[in-house]
Amino acid sequence: MSFLEDLFANTFFSGLVKVVVAFALLLVACILLVWMERKIVADMQNRVGPYRAGPWGILQTLADGLKLLFKEQVTPRRVELAMYLLAPILAMVPAFLIFLVIPIGAPFHVGETEVTLQAMDLNVALLFILAMSSIAVYAVVLAGWASGSKYPLLGGVRATAQMISYEAAMGLALVPVVVLASAQVGDGERGLGVMSISKLVEIQDQGFWWKLPGWFVFWLAPSFIIFFIAAIAETNRAPFDLLEAESEIVGGYHTEYSGFRFALFFLAEYINMFNVSAIAATLFLGGWLGPDFGLPAQVAWVMPLFWFFLKTFALLFLFIWIRGTLPRMRYDQLMTFGWKRLIPWSLVWLGIFSFVIAWRHFGALWEWPW
Amino acid sequence: MAAFSGFWVTFKQMFRPRVTTPYPKRKRRKPQRFHGRHVLNRYPDGLEKCIGCELCAGVCPARCIYVRGRENPPGHPVSPGERYGFVYEINMLRCIFCGLCVEACPTEAITMTQLFEMSVTHRDDAIYTRSELLMDADGSVPHPQPASELIDLEELHRADGWMRATAPAGRAAYEGVVAWTPTAGAGLRPAEPAQTEGNIDEEEEA
Repeated sequence: MSFLEDLFANTFFSGLVKVVVAFALLLVACILLVWMERKIVADMQNRVGPYRAGPWGILQTLADGLKLLFKEQVTPRRVELAMYLLAPILAMVPAFLIFLVIPIGAPFHVGETEVTLQAMDLNVALLFILAMSSIAVYAVVLAGWASGSKYPLLGGVRATAQMISYEAAMGLALVPVVVLASAQVGDGERGLGVMSISKLVEIQDQGFWWKLPGWFVFWLAPSFIIFFIAAIAETNRAPFDLLEAESEIVGGYHTEYSGFRFALFFLAEYINMFNVSAIAATLFLGGWLGPDFGLPAQVAWVMPLFWFFLKTFALLFLFIWIRGTLPRMRYDQLMTFGWKRLIPWSLVWLGIFSFVIAWRHFGALWEWPW
Repeated sequence: MAAFSGFWVTFKQMFRPRVTTPYPKRKRRKPQRFHGRHVLNRYPDGLEKCIGCELCAGVCPARCIYVRGRENPPGHPVSPGERYGFVYEINMLRCIFCGLCVEACPTEAITMTQLFEMSVTHRDDAIYTRSELLMDADGSVPHPQPASELIDLEELHRADGWMRATAPAGRAAYEGVVAWTPTAGAGLRPAEPAQTEGNIDEEEEA
């Protein structure tokens, strides 16, 4: 054991292992997710969906990926080559980076060393997530602009407007989380902003009321709903998939991409979907917290992972369910909803909530020593 | 809340039975008058039914049939008529399987079968000539591909569907009257039950 202990005590080694595991995990989750979406949407439309590749067609995504890998990559003559090649990579990288700050399970011990199931425990993880999702906008905009044709450009322009407007609502929906967490941490840290995600999960371990767990969703249901709606828009999923609206602008920003470059965009979209579900599950639904039913320790270590993935995939099912149900919104409706509904709602909610928290945790406002 | 009622609709759908048949694993029984690949028939005595009149080629909307007629060799005729089709080609890539050729044929020489699995890897192979179309004297029909999980050669014997549909037996006055000639292998196919009420063949799955 001591050799393993030494290995995990080595920051470089444990970081490397975590990154590789996170990478593989995301890819596997993505493969499952694409298959799941195709199956569920097929079910909702009374079709069968993929069923030939592997049992219940579970290997369909793998087959599609392999096919795309071997396909010709057409580069149209009028593209801005450097940007055109950069865009798919720019879509992928932030998608993978976001996942690195999310803890997928309880920390465990190898000897003396504590190993967290999270590649890096940033103290500003929430900001990091928002920053990375802002970078993802560049991928779409660059792809649309660099393609040198009209439909990608339209998709790219739509993306700029849509993703930036909903990012505001998304950020505002996350502020109450920080406010609540800052009020609930121990006395020494009270009042300081808590943005480390592992800390946020820890705080949700306290009880809420009666037998309910202390998940933030019980305090912050409006924030959760706003965050989820904004997340759908942020990941360009139906009913907010205007930037790749097939019926209007062919494929939107990825119209001119083929082969594996297209696959990268596709993969990034699904990884982003997984990411926002994981973030929502972690910030509002208690992440990996959950009962272990008094199982023996040899089995109980699976339970945090189980709860994390159960919550994430439940939210992903919601994503797919919404996609299977709602028609695409009109562009002006999208903008109206973002600016005139979501942002004011989240601002009002933030105000009310902050006031209540200030009242409850810091005493009456007139007693404040300003 | 009307906006959310749609969610219940899609959710319910998930648990309803599917109507899709997983095709290669399970095949549905085809309708009797299915338009599959063509076959050139013979009489039970081995003579070809085709008389080389080229009406099928003339009526074909896709112009995929090419026929050349020629005088029967004296002494040992190929068909009972004056002429026989010594060249008969159908381009299956162009054919739209409308069945007009079957309808036009005065001697019921060309009919359609229920087999439609005809995929080829070379375009030339899609042109069926006499060697693929014409049935043998015992009524067996050649097919370019061997029998397999996909290809049920038995379907080649379920012929005459469209011919029966256009035969006068389709009318009540001709009920029970055989309106076609015998074919090699199959003999004289029984008269089709006409469309009098109670006689209609209900569609069922195999």
